Amino acid sequence: MNTHLKDVKANATRVSRRQVMIGAAGLTFGIALGGAKAALIASERTGQPLSPWVSIGPDGAITIMSAATEMGQGSMTSLPLIIAEELDADWGKVHIVPAPVDEKIYGNPGFGGLMYTAGSNAVTSYYKNLRILGAQVRRVLMDNAAKKLGVPVEELSTEPSFVVHAKSGRKLGYGEIAAFAEVPAQAPEIKPEDLKKPSQFRLITKDVMRAELPKKVNGSARYAIDVQLPGMLYGAVLRAPVEGASPEKLDEPAVMAIKGVVKVVKLPYGVGVVAETPWAAFAGQRAIAAGISWSKEAKGWGFDSDKGLESFAAAARDPKAQVTDWFKLGDVRSEMQQAASTFEAEYRCDYAYHAQMEPLNGVASVSPAGDSAEIWCGTQSQTMASEATAKALGIGREKVTLHDTLLGGGFGRRGPRDMDFLVDAVLLSKAVGKPVKSMWTREDDIHNGRFRPLSAHYLRAGFDASGKLAAWQHRLVGDRVTPFADPVRYEKAGKKDFILMLGADAKGYDVAHQLVEQVYEDTGMRTAPLRGIGFTANKFATETFVDEIAYKLGADPVAYRLDLLSKTPRARNVMARVAQMADWGRKREGLGLGAAYIDYSGTQIATVVEIALDRRSGKIKFHNVWCAIDCGVAVQPDNVVAQTESSIVYGIGLALTERISIKDGAVEQSNFYDYVVARNRDVPPLHVEVIQTENHPTGVGQMATPTITPAVSNAVMALTGVRLRHAPFTEERVRKALG
Amino acid sequence: MVTTFTVNGKTASTDAPSDTPLLWVLREGLKLTGTKFGCGAGLCGACMVHVDGKRAFSCQTQISEVAGKSVITIEGLSSDSSHPVQKAWLAERVPQCGYCQSGQIMSAADLLNHNSKPTREQIVEHMSTNICRCGTYQRIVRAVERAAREA
Repeated sequence: MNTHLKDVKANATRVSRRQVMIGAAGLTFGIALGGAKAALIASERTGQPLSPWVSIGPDGAITIMSAATEMGQGSMTSLPLIIAEELDADWGKVHIVPAPVDEKIYGNPGFGGLMYTAGSNAVTSYYKNLRILGAQVRRVLMDNAAKKLGVPVEELSTEPSFVVHAKSGRKLGYGEIAAFAEVPAQAPEIKPEDLKKPSQFRLITKDVMRAELPKKVNGSARYAIDVQLPGMLYGAVLRAPVEGASPEKLDEPAVMAIKGVVKVVKLPYGVGVVAETPWAAFAGQRAIAAGISWSKEAKGWGFDSDKGLESFAAAARDPKAQVTDWFKLGDVRSEMQQAASTFEAEYRCDYAYHAQMEPLNGVASVSPAGDSAEIWCGTQSQTMASEATAKALGIGREKVTLHDTLLGGGFGRRGPRDMDFLVDAVLLSKAVGKPVKSMWTREDDIHNGRFRPLSAHYLRAGFDASGKLAAWQHRLVGDRVTPFADPVRYEKAGKKDFILMLGADAKGYDVAHQLVEQVYEDTGMRTAPLRGIGFTANKFATETFVDEIAYKLGADPVAYRLDLLSKTPRARNVMARVAQMADWGRKREGLGLGAAYIDYSGTQIATVVEIALDRRSGKIKFHNVWCAIDCGVAVQPDNVVAQTESSIVYGIGLALTERISIKDGAVEQSNFYDYVVARNRDVPPLHVEVIQTENHPTGVGQMATPTITPAVSNAVMALTGVRLRHAPFTEERVRKALG
Repeated sequence: MVTTFTVNGKTASTDAPSDTPLLWVLREGLKLTGTKFGCGAGLCGACMVHVDGKRAFSCQTQISEVAGKSVITIEGLSSDSSHPVQKAWLAERVPQCGYCQSGQIMSAADLLNHNSKPTREQIVEHMSTNICRCGTYQRIVRAVERAAREA
């Protein structure tokens, strides 16, 4: 099993003379024989040496590059598997190697060519190109085999890692062909009909062991925090509590007095300490904290999230608030005036924290002259990690060598443009001229967290005389995310804060007039995409609102949704299926059922939760969760189930307990005792059904997360007649709502 | 002061200060990086090891406390991933990001060492000591049940 995953060190792109190589430069292909000729043709096409996607050794070993980083979502297996499918490779002979940083070849088409793993879009964005690539390699092998066997290529077929001539009973292994193959200068053209039909799939839609899984049960899986280098020192950084503040007074002698501390390094955003051991570094960090003062010019000082949310809510319901239109369908403003009746509601969401299990960290070895660097990093973006390092050192990107490792969870936190956690290591290594592993404590990880934003939502529905939902308005006031998390993509998107705003519309539902307005807020707080991005707050608002509308109309919430979904059959199908799975119509004593549906980047998903509520404590307890998901072709079905289970559990935490609060600009929570995530005992039986369709595959890594909070609010309503409007539904809030 | 103890059956010694957490001695001193740092406060279980046959948070165990004792880490649970819990973990496809799983596996192995046929409730309660942010809890329970069955 282990043979599937080569060590990162084996990440060599050298290919021997007798190997077959095929590579993609963006979407155009350069194909070349191995060795010098390959490099020549590749450099003509791309301006740099070619790194192949696929190479086949004479021994039949097939090496496939993995362009996405692996944070538990399975892309390291599923992307190479897509190539292997069309190549008709024997999966047992496939070795997966992390791709080097080369956007022209490996860039994510879904992110304009960045090497960036986010948005649950790796499979959906690479799928088509990787299938074509695999088919091209297969075709080259077949052409070569045809020549060798002296038969027309039309008489050949393939079975895993063999080209077969059925007529004569002869076959050639891919390794044998690689030993003599010649590769054309032009990649063979692959038409859609040349690709496999779903019924011919041997790998796609069949479950395989994820490549890196065996290493995850014996301690040998390597994350950045595990990197060990000769002569390596340990770093810790105390950051300013508020973004933009910088250190002023500092008691350096007290820090240097700690045994093992090597150097104290003042940084623009905090103070670092470098030590011989991790425990000395952390002791140094505590000593820095004891004697530090910060500059007071930063915007976030004085911010209080409770008061902030009140002012957000006031702006949300203020018809004169200054808004920009995020999404518009039809003409809501005039429809609302003509409406026979209207209905309005408000919702609120707190800041939430990623809580990935591997605290943020980075390892850097900056050359003594400061003119080059090697970095080891668990990052969602190889591009951004390389760029941030180069920027921090003021050197060219080509002087940075990235060794990307597995990620101990990402959830959006390991993909900021500035790579804050990696730059710590880079700056500290530069300061001491030695390799440094810089680690954040859990407290650092929370205090310096970058959160799902605070938000307030005002929704208004307009009905025509027949009671039909005609107009939908959603005014959203939230802390800006994209401008902070990724200013580059924000500019490219025409200053659209998509991380905050996505999911605020009524997509999937038959509502002719829709308007989503944004009231821009910048409190100075650190924000980031968090699993489910804008959907987690926005779908809480919209899917709870749909439920409220159903109640107002005296309709069953599921029947009402099915009615609104009549024009979107795939959506209707998941909703109908999950209602069946949950036996929706059956009343159960002391338990409440709540439903939610969303279209998340094309993936159709519907959830029903079954909960109980202890009125005295206010504690909500899950009894069951049912979920139906249609993500088109489910490339790895069991992994789709696993990712959906994972998204549900993440959603349970966000719905019930996960809450970050801010006082005087600083985060109040510190560790898992006051930032409470779901544990084993909090999770009920999860029933996930994957509805396989032949649609283009769409994402699965986070799609269920946003369904949970609204489904819980809806279930509590069904059980108690009380509507919860402020997430998370902490015990205290539930008690208060029940009165 | 030098502290001497055994790790995975071999003698080890360290001159780390006596209040240094065992976790850091294992990871950075002995390069046994399968044991993970998660919270530093005994709240998440990523650092779980066995000390004299019982599970222990290595981030909450001072090095002086293990003097003369036997420590088992994930690397020492078996030499070839053949421990029933490890096999069950793969069979149920438990890990996602995998970072917490060494700790989960050490907790599960500890449970089965002391109770070879735990009930579902006992499994859930015992395993609630460990956080998995990827939410693999349902598979963890299934894997512990399988390991108990197949051991």
